[in-house]
Amino acid sequence: MEKKHVQFTADMRKTHTILVPDMLPIHFKLIIKVFEKYGYKMELLQNSARAVVDEGLKNVHNDTCYPALLVIGQFLDALKSGKYDPDKTALMISQTGGGCRASNYLHLLRKALEAEYPQIPVISLNFSGLEKSPGFKITLPILFKLLDAVLYGDLMMLLYNQCKPYEKSKGETDKVLAECEAKLAEKLKKGGFGKRKKNYKMILDAFSSIKRDNKRKPRVGIVGEIYVKYSPLANNHLEEFLIREGCEPVVPGLMDFVLYCTVNNINDGRIYGFKNTVTRVSSLLYKILLSLSRKLNKTVVAYGGFDPMDDFEQLRKEADKLINQGVKMGEGWLITAEMGCLAKTGTKNIVCTQPFGCLPNHIVAKGMSRKVKEEYPDANIVAIDYDPSATNVNQENRLKLMIANIREN
Amino acid sequence: MEQKYTVGVDVGSTTVKCILLDEQGEIVHSVYDRHFSKVKETVCEQLKHIFSFYTGKFKIAMTGSAGLGLSTAAGIQFVQEVYAASLAIKKMYPDADCAVELGGEDAKILFLTGGTEQRMNGSCAGGTGAFIDQMATLLKVSGDKLDELALAAKNIYSIASRCGVFAKSDIQPLLNQGAALEDVAASIFQAVVDQTVAGLAQGRQIKGKVLFLGGPLHFYKALQNAFTKTLGLSEENAVFPDLAPCFMAYGAALYAARNAYWEDPKDILDKIFNSKPNESVFSSQPLFASREEYDEFIKRHSRADVERQDIATYSGNAYLGVDAGSTTTKMVLLSDEGKILYSHYTQNVGRPLDVVSDKLKELYKLMGDRIKIVSSAVTGYGEELLKSGLKLDFGIVETVAHFTAALEFCPDVDFIIDIGGQDIKCFKIKNKAIDNIMLNEACSSGCGSFIQTFANALGMGVAEFSKLGLFALHPVELGSRCTVFMNSSVKQAQKDGAGVDDISAGISSSVVKNAIYKVIRAKSPEELGKRVVVQGGTFLNDAVLRAFEKELNMEVVRPAIAGLMGAYGAALYAKKKSKGKSDIITPEQLENFSYKSVNINCNRCTAHCSLNVLTFSDGRKLISGNRCEKGLGKKESDILPNLYDYKYNLLINGIKNTAVSPKAKVGLPLCLNFYEQLPFWNAVFDSLGFETVISDESSRKLFLSGQHTIPSDTVCYPAKLVHGHVLNLLDKGVDFVFYPCESYNIDEDHSDNHYNCPVVAYYPELLRANTAELNQDNFVYPYIDMNRPHNIASAIVKSLAKYKIKPREAEKAVEKGFAALKEFHSAVVKKGQELISFARERNLPIVVLAGRPYHIDPEINHGVQKLIASLGVVSVSEDAVSDFADTPALGVLNQWTYHSRLYRAAAFVAGQKDMNLVQLVSFGCGIDAITTDEVRAILESRGKIYTQLKIDEISNLGAIKIRLRSLLAAIE
Repeated sequence: MEKKHVQFTADMRKTHTILVPDMLPIHFKLIIKVFEKYGYKMELLQNSARAVVDEGLKNVHNDTCYPALLVIGQFLDALKSGKYDPDKTALMISQTGGGCRASNYLHLLRKALEAEYPQIPVISLNFSGLEKSPGFKITLPILFKLLDAVLYGDLMMLLYNQCKPYEKSKGETDKVLAECEAKLAEKLKKGGFGKRKKNYKMILDAFSSIKRDNKRKPRVGIVGEIYVKYSPLANNHLEEFLIREGCEPVVPGLMDFVLYCTVNNINDGRIYGFKNTVTRVSSLLYKILLSLSRKLNKTVVAYGGFDPMDDFEQLRKEADKLINQGVKMGEGWLITAEMGCLAKTGTKNIVCTQPFGCLPNHIVAKGMSRKVKEEYPDANIVAIDYDPSATNVNQENRLKLMIANIREN
Repeated sequence: MEQKYTVGVDVGSTTVKCILLDEQGEIVHSVYDRHFSKVKETVCEQLKHIFSFYTGKFKIAMTGSAGLGLSTAAGIQFVQEVYAASLAIKKMYPDADCAVELGGEDAKILFLTGGTEQRMNGSCAGGTGAFIDQMATLLKVSGDKLDELALAAKNIYSIASRCGVFAKSDIQPLLNQGAALEDVAASIFQAVVDQTVAGLAQGRQIKGKVLFLGGPLHFYKALQNAFTKTLGLSEENAVFPDLAPCFMAYGAALYAARNAYWEDPKDILDKIFNSKPNESVFSSQPLFASREEYDEFIKRHSRADVERQDIATYSGNAYLGVDAGSTTTKMVLLSDEGKILYSHYTQNVGRPLDVVSDKLKELYKLMGDRIKIVSSAVTGYGEELLKSGLKLDFGIVETVAHFTAALEFCPDVDFIIDIGGQDIKCFKIKNKAIDNIMLNEACSSGCGSFIQTFANALGMGVAEFSKLGLFALHPVELGSRCTVFMNSSVKQAQKDGAGVDDISAGISSSVVKNAIYKVIRAKSPEELGKRVVVQGGTFLNDAVLRAFEKELNMEVVRPAIAGLMGAYGAALYAKKKSKGKSDIITPEQLENFSYKSVNINCNRCTAHCSLNVLTFSDGRKLISGNRCEKGLGKKESDILPNLYDYKYNLLINGIKNTAVSPKAKVGLPLCLNFYEQLPFWNAVFDSLGFETVISDESSRKLFLSGQHTIPSDTVCYPAKLVHGHVLNLLDKGVDFVFYPCESYNIDEDHSDNHYNCPVVAYYPELLRANTAELNQDNFVYPYIDMNRPHNIASAIVKSLAKYKIKPREAEKAVEKGFAALKEFHSAVVKKGQELISFARERNLPIVVLAGRPYHIDPEINHGVQKLIASLGVVSVSEDAVSDFADTPALGVLNQWTYHSRLYRAAAFVAGQKDMNLVQLVSFGCGIDAITTDEVRAILESRGKIYTQLKIDEISNLGAIKIRLRSLLAAIE
């Protein structure tokens, strides 16, 4: 039984602006455009001052993980800025329903709002039937467009990281990225994203037009808890740091996580010996998603000049070698598999990011790095803890050690 | 011809090291200095010094955590320190297998052979060298003296090795119990060794030829010995190079030779001297905008004072109150009218009994024959010691003392917050009674004394240091997690150019934030009420007081005797309860007073508590360090019962082996979910014809035996213990260890979902990956879902294919398993009911000790149930009562089986007049960050006090005892 809370009603779609936390800057910008197309007013939060952390510390139990602190801190900092009318604002947060603390962020957020903003509804963005809001519905057309947004986001992130470290004229990659984003948004506004193939080509053309140095830099993979892995706010701009230090960041895409969530449902049925609607639907969905992600990869390979992402089935094989696909809390086996796959496909240097005290990562990240190293002896892995009280120097010094070891090998 | 040299500079968190090499690569000069946060200046001085002796062209490179910022700012080559060390080792000790380096802030380990690998400590275990410094300050000795003391030690106490804050929480009470300084000193070094081995080795053994580097390992002989002994190294394999303190600098010089270019000394100095610190320091508003604001503030606070009377002019009865706090000792003598005749506030220098008896002698002289102490009371950590040593009349719990004092001061007080040296205590007051108590947990402890230690390290007193912060323009943001994190934030701020004034203000505000957001957990000032009294020595610091008012945006009352409130409260209590005649030690007895301290191990049960026995000069004895009353010689039958012990014994003694010729020996580790599922798996394997062997009971020794295989040092202690249990089973010669992975626990039909926590669910995966001794034959860890009997059976058949188990057999075994599990649970519930009736018949209070199944492990709970019994309370476990209530409306997603029991237990307790709930939380349990707030809300909604006990490998129950006594005092 759950306590009653304010609902996001159908009427609010017209009156309320939905605020969204800044997790994946590229993807979330597109995702917002999708919702806007269907009549929602949305805004991606980009406030990132120290006040965000302070609000988090004030409003969330300090032993809760850093992502919860930041996400909730970002919301409250925004609300307190006076920029938004609390009577016309709603918040949205994702929920996976897994066995780690993340599914409770939504509830922690509600607790944080209780005193000052009881009228603000919080929408759960989930695909597992956890909680529904009467005014917020993911219809099939929205779902398909969201998938497109994930695919385009992954592609742009992939290409961005392969261009930015090499760009000859400073800032060109960012310009190209902005142009691609604008083009996609424009298309969406006019009707729809249109043909994937065409968009892929548009994006690939745009990025390949960037003049690049051809001296290859050492590649550094970033894996970890999903929020600190992607959000610059959480990982102190890790990608930028690596680029500055003369490395090429390799960041596995969001589609991997979507596939991981889907396949976990299938795995449950396989491991525990049952079949039901969830496993059947998931099997079907998995096939569709996998083929989408493979097509994207094929397009990148066929286009040439860029490295594709790791194939998801390869990741699963890697998981079977290192851990068990039954480990499904948080990012679970996916983190271990990504470390293995990165090492296998030539990205020997890996930063494993995690919030301080992250429970699943005790097992799948720190707990598995010995095994990954046994399998790939020249893997150069560094685990970095992120926390409101951790110092930057401390983190950078460890990253520098990892980078010094690259030069060594 | 012009000479050419190479310079390596190692700028660490506390020291700067310089090495100069000539063209042949020989070391011609080396310097080692503390930089006292003046990083740039110290580096420039050292270089100037070198350049005054040597002329020519120079190549230079920097290393070290503080060198990172400086070299970037100055445009000088930088080499990461661990990498620098590896360069130096390759050159000087090519045959080394391993190197351990301890610095002021970071600890590192380098494996050089058999797969090179380098590691640095995790964020939690920072501050090795800084920790030793802090401990020396705590003991009021120099570092050298600490070393000297340690070498003369006879005993080693087990001290938490998780981090400096935890270790300090263990050391403080040892000191207050009168433990020998020599033994404490040696234990401090041992804690450093344990922390390094646990946190860094992570599954790899430190063996072969081992180099020990860095300042602390060079200067402290006792630390060297502790390492050599712990790692079992022979003399020739433990290498302590003369160059150890400057080793990284040497590595940096080697790096410079290869990577830097030739420069003139003047250019180098100019670059460093003119470098601009980076601007990334987060700073907040100044504490005071103007002098006027400050004056107004001082004026306002000077109003709260107590009347005093000159002791020389008084004659009559007097009442003595003593507060033997963790770091300071306070005394107050009151007249019949409640005026203060005498007060005293001093550091206890780790010897509270000596300090107080000296002061008492002084006081007796002042009193002469005119004044007579007719009643006396003592409070604080040293309560027992002083009460029995000096024969004081009453011993009261600190919370009561502080509350009594504040009430005297401000009768309509709504909220009291006391920040002492070690602890933060907060009380919510309703109708002149304590309505709620909030105490800090281990992580936030030591905030007050941190300011002290820090000031001392800069060669200042607290007063002087805190004054500096009052008008600082840019107080730095130092975080509020704990003093270890704060300390490293300070280091970073210093490197970034923050001044001592900014740091002083920053520390004050960090301490305040820690109190407000971690202890009180207030979101708004309204929650505190209108009248707030702040007290405790730390609030004497104006910067702290101001930061507190600013953070909450309200005015509070600080009594002028803020630091004496515990003693004042004790004196008031003594006065109120006066019997007209005090037993206090007489002046004559005091003259001849002395005591002796001996350590022995209690042999009355398997816990073997380390007891400290003090013998006073008149022959009386005081035993401390015991966890239960057996240590004091109490008879078993006189001790109150508790359900934890019953459950534990039922579990362990319930193991059945009926097979005549067992197929094989299966090992079940006594850990985590096995504390509940043991009856299940024992019945399953017994039915299948296997012999069940369980691992030995948990102990510190067992933990240490598996410590080297722990990959994550921030995981909870219950998980860390698993490693030792699994190795123990292998030692016992089992054919295989069986330990299933379980994403899901049993669905008790009360929650949104029924997961295990990620650690419980998948720990077998981690064990397999990090324990070299485990292989696919001796470690069986299938994935099972306890809600699907059929699945369990088939998982057994599949994973134990070797033993050719028939599916039907397996199904039957699983059925028996569930029957056994049910039987066990019923027995627990039944016994729980018995205990509740037992308590009710005798009118005893009942506590539901709510945790997880594995909290019944004595090594995990440290005997808290016995402590509760000794306080006259009967305790039962959460699962004994959770069946009797429905889940209340929750503000969280209720998705873990064990945790959902907590909510139901809380709902049950909330409806029982004579019951209270005490929640046991293991440090590092992320999920309890969610459950604790919810359990608290359930209890508070029905007017109950929420008490949380955070436990870890710390074995000291001092802080826990204060909490429990406070709870009992509040419900009285």
